[in-house]
Amino acid sequence: MAENSLKRSCDVVVIGGSTGGLDVLLKVLPALKPTLSFTIIVVLHRKNSADSTLEALLASRTSIPVREVEDKDVLAVGHIYLAPADYHLLIEADKTFSLDYSEKVNYSRPSLDVTFESAADVYGDTLVGILLSGANTDGTKGLAAIKKEGGITIAQKPETAQAPFMPQQAIDNVAVDFILDIPDMISFINALNN
Amino acid sequence: MIAEAEVDILLNDLYELYGYDFSNYSRASLKRRIVRLWMLDKFPSFAEFRYRVKSDADYLKRFVEEITVTVTEMFRDPLFYRCLRTEILPTLTAKPFIRVWHAGCATGEEVYSMAILLKESQILHKSLLYATDLNPTALEKARRGIFPLGSMKQYSENYIESGGILDFSSYYTAQYGQVKFDEKLAEKMIFSTHNLVSDRSFNEFDLIMCRNVLIYFDKPLQDRVLSLFDESLGQLGYLALGTKETINFSTIKPNYKQQGKEKIWRKIA
Repeated sequence: MAENSLKRSCDVVVIGGSTGGLDVLLKVLPALKPTLSFTIIVVLHRKNSADSTLEALLASRTSIPVREVEDKDVLAVGHIYLAPADYHLLIEADKTFSLDYSEKVNYSRPSLDVTFESAADVYGDTLVGILLSGANTDGTKGLAAIKKEGGITIAQKPETAQAPFMPQQAIDNVAVDFILDIPDMISFINALNN
Repeated sequence: MIAEAEVDILLNDLYELYGYDFSNYSRASLKRRIVRLWMLDKFPSFAEFRYRVKSDADYLKRFVEEITVTVTEMFRDPLFYRCLRTEILPTLTAKPFIRVWHAGCATGEEVYSMAILLKESQILHKSLLYATDLNPTALEKARRGIFPLGSMKQYSENYIESGGILDFSSYYTAQYGQVKFDEKLAEKMIFSTHNLVSDRSFNEFDLIMCRNVLIYFDKPLQDRVLSLFDESLGQLGYLALGTKETINFSTIKPNYKQQGKEKIWRKIA
């Protein structure tokens, strides 16, 4: 299904999740092709302690390099970047990351909306945004921004989400391009690879 | 959404009319702050937004205060403070006089955290804490030492995790949902406006704290500010940055040695 719609190239896949989102990633990451032709950015609502266990956990499930972002890191193709705890993650026009410790958005820092909107601004129609399980409204505005800039928007199929509220919220408010369960999500991301 | 060209126009106005130079701020973050303010203050068009910034000095003040970030907390990253307490401050205790600079102190929560550490290390009496920020309203809050009571539970937990052994509430008195910190802590603080973009070095310090400020600057400006810190640090002085910041890609790096895992560097040359 997905392959037909992917004539254009993809530079970045940004994945956001809250409650139950991590479980999805732990299933998706091991199934991805090890050499990617794009960059993956992961934003998860997480506890605001500055430990690196989440980075280690994700890295243990894939041979793709995983890095928790430091200020002004350059986005490299074939890497997975993780938003650090307690910072908003933004992307600059020169394809570097900026961190921001401003007010929480949707009670969250990092906020999915902030990263989605910033990525949409820089990557336009070469961006794919995926919203996973969660019990928050975060991510809906971000997906709308991605859609507006011509990117592809995907929500996890709510019936398959541990917390269906967040993807359902996006589906109700944004004309998302695809609603996918986990196996279809894996095929979709792999099909983006050149 | 605001266009890049419109951001440029606003930044140019700020520079030409008021001398504020935001051209080397991290653009993505700055743009988001500008859009946020535009929405918050409900300007129907960019032209009206711009006109207000250009013609209303009070609004200009609000604009600068709102596009710069003043979010901060006490004992943020407790393990960092534990390192200061157990590794860094003991190397300063023999000095006759200790100067600390909090560059970009915002509303001052870190300055009070530092004063508490210095007091518990028995060296507050011979220390001076210079706290600077470009935002006068934030500095005024810092000077008053009054913070929301609701934050104290988190701060108290941070304090204990940083190695604090006293009852955190012994440092303040609570009233009407706010707390006022012990004035003895503030006696050693000097507050002043200082713009890291345009102002020079003004003293020599043993420790410079600048945490989560450089993230708002682009690389060339980060490098300039790090050179300013280098000029302002005495021999064997320390520079402390935020957990996700680094001096590794700057010109001052060869003269500094990182202290353990925390983002603290010592000037060795």
